[in-house]
Amino acid sequence: MKLFKNCTSLIAGLMLCLGMAHAAAADETPDSLIKRISQEVLESAKADKDIQSGDQSKVLKLVEAKVLPYIDFQRMTELAAGRNWRGATPDQQQELVKQFKSLLIFTYSGALSQVKDQRLEYKPFRADPADTDVEVRSQVITPRAGQVIELNYRLAKGANGWKIYDINVLGAWLIETYKGNFSAEISKSGIDGLIKTLTAKNAKLSLNYTKKT
Amino acid sequence: MKLSRLTGRATMLQLVLWLGLISGCSTVSTTVSTTVDTVKDRANRFAEQVDPFEKVNRKTFEFNDRADKAVFKPVAQVYADTVPGFMQTGIGNFFGNLNDVWTGVNSFLQGNFQDGFTDIMRVSVNSTFGFLGLLDIASEANMPKHKNDLGQTLGVWGVPNGPYVVIPFLGPSVTRDAIATYFDYYGDPWAYMRPVSVRNTGTFVRLVDKRAGYLGSFSLMQDAALDEYIFVRDAYLQRIAGQIETRKNYKQLREEDEETQRQIDEDEAAAKAKVDAATPKP
Repeated sequence: MKLFKNCTSLIAGLMLCLGMAHAAAADETPDSLIKRISQEVLESAKADKDIQSGDQSKVLKLVEAKVLPYIDFQRMTELAAGRNWRGATPDQQQELVKQFKSLLIFTYSGALSQVKDQRLEYKPFRADPADTDVEVRSQVITPRAGQVIELNYRLAKGANGWKIYDINVLGAWLIETYKGNFSAEISKSGIDGLIKTLTAKNAKLSLNYTKKT
Repeated sequence: MKLSRLTGRATMLQLVLWLGLISGCSTVSTTVSTTVDTVKDRANRFAEQVDPFEKVNRKTFEFNDRADKAVFKPVAQVYADTVPGFMQTGIGNFFGNLNDVWTGVNSFLQGNFQDGFTDIMRVSVNSTFGFLGLLDIASEANMPKHKNDLGQTLGVWGVPNGPYVVIPFLGPSVTRDAIATYFDYYGDPWAYMRPVSVRNTGTFVRLVDKRAGYLGSFSLMQDAALDEYIFVRDAYLQRIAGQIETRKNYKQLREEDEETQRQIDEDEAAAKAKVDAATPKP
């Protein structure tokens, strides 16, 4: 009986902790969220010997743990599909989100594994507390002479705090860029054709991420 | 792969550019169909408007890709792997300094005098204290580098993009910028370097150095794209549209950033005052 009581109090305590962590995340401003994730990811990537020696599967794990919770893949897929989204069945929609999510994770992990001695700088940011959709602007300074990579994020505030739903690299928004690819595939072979292309692409990319033994 | 400098002789390029211009003029009046708005129609219409030469462009794109895989990429890889880092930085800085001259001219042409004067200062400081531009001490002295070319200037002045074109060896461009690239070449001091052999060698090294800077991003793009041609085109068009928009509104954007920074400082000062007031004085 005593043991049971201890257990319940432990669980209650854990839940309280989680709740607090959750509340803190919801209060976090979008720019500090971006700064925190970027810093965590970059520091872990630089400190991890396996990642530095080219272990892609470790990069994937890092991204899944640190970045995934803050990205709204559902919304990204909806936006990239544009008007075609409503023409898809719920099953197709679900599959589309799943495959697009994988592709984005692979691409992001690929970008991350190229990070060596880059430095991040943030543009001044200040949002009204009432804002629910903001843009956080930053730039990556590379050691190569004069090479600066713009890196901006669009975030929306939902029930679970801020989430990223679009990224701008070198002046091009990811979703806008995928729109053309999506509509080209759909006009060629329909939603199922797009899903098929995405699945094939992911299968190819996943080969890079299976651990080499 | 927008490489803004050219290795080849101008005559060949002129021909390509004028061909682009002429065919560009002949397709300005694209009819917009008002029939049933199917997905196919929309995708095709977009392509017709911005990319009427898709067929030729795709061929050139594939050609560039093959040339890159066979020659430029391997050479750039060897350069990146074998030439010591400080030398690569020096090479990048040296040509970057020459480039600042034309960037400065274009800053003034765009009416952005503040950037223009910074560009002049950058060239002066880097050419003297920076040992002919090998060191970029201006950047460290808080004179940020800009990048402006004639294509952007024309865009700021309101000249439309024109059709999307892929230039052999140079990559994505639009008709306006492709023509401007010709003048960009002669706006760069290196074009007047003599003997010609030194100029050509230098230009080659410059291109290799530039390509070496994009070794990673190219493979990323290939991973991310479903149809690489469309992906690169759509990203490129967004990029240049954004660049021109930023340059058109530079004054407003700069003021907004300054205002935001001022407010952030104010917020911080207020927060600090609050803490100070709350802590009891000893």
